Amino acid sequence: MSDNQELKVREKQSFDAPAEQTKPGPVFTPSVDIFETEKAITLLADMPGVKADDLMVDLRDDTLTLAGEVSDNVKTTGEKVLEEYQTGRYYRQFSLSEVIDQEKIDAKLSDGVLRLTLPKVEKATPRRIAVQVG
Amino acid sequence: MIYRTLFGDPGRRFKTSAADLEEMRRQVDRLFDVFGTRQAGRGGAGVYPAINISEDTDAYTVSAELPGVKSKDLDLNVTANQLTLAGERRISEEAADARYHRREREAGRFSRAVALPDDIDTENVKARLADGVLTVTIPKAEKARPRQIAIQ
Repeated sequence: MSDNQELKVREKQSFDAPAEQTKPGPVFTPSVDIFETEKAITLLADMPGVKADDLMVDLRDDTLTLAGEVSDNVKTTGEKVLEEYQTGRYYRQFSLSEVIDQEKIDAKLSDGVLRLTLPKVEKATPRRIAVQVG
Repeated sequence: MIYRTLFGDPGRRFKTSAADLEEMRRQVDRLFDVFGTRQAGRGGAGVYPAINISEDTDAYTVSAELPGVKSKDLDLNVTANQLTLAGERRISEEAADARYHRREREAGRFSRAVALPDDIDTENVKARLADGVLTVTIPKAEKARPRQIAIQ
């Protein structure tokens, strides 16, 4: 991806919940990058307005859940003159096919971007088995 | 809606007369009117970043979501009647052996200008970038603020 590219505005994607929401307000799915190396799966998610305390990362039964609440100070006060984007909660789930080492999961949140590192469980080093001619 | 008013009358498209051209000109003008007087909450200018503007008695607040943009990569300028925000959103390079499964986040430059009303105090504009959200507070000029009048 070129750095000189002009950024285009994209509408935030609304999250279509399979179940009805009990809390009012819009819910969005954060944009993510997911990449995998030999050792880990890394996930980067754009969650502007979410503080570390309001972010929930949960991994159980191979389902990774990201949920974030937007803090009150990003909600606008006063009369709205122009509204091009809405604020609301973030929610997104992923199912993981790799076995993750739960102990070593690392999550960092900076400038509204979550960086989640999910290390894979170390597999036994592949060994070549010599086949004897019998 | 616009499409229909422009092209919804098929019988007339093939006639070319001065009156038709005049009609077309008026409809194009109307189209520009629609974009010029857009209501709050209905779409945007289509320029990154999307912004929200609110107004209270003392100040205007301009906010934008800029996840992953560091303050050193953001350039904010205010003149008497315009606020410009320009910058670059960088996405760090990852290890060479990284295989991407999803790539939804984008990097690139952006630049946006916002026209401001003239009753503002440009000396005391404040900006804050926290958790990926930029908030610019533009105080109203003293003369534009409501003043309580004491009743004698």
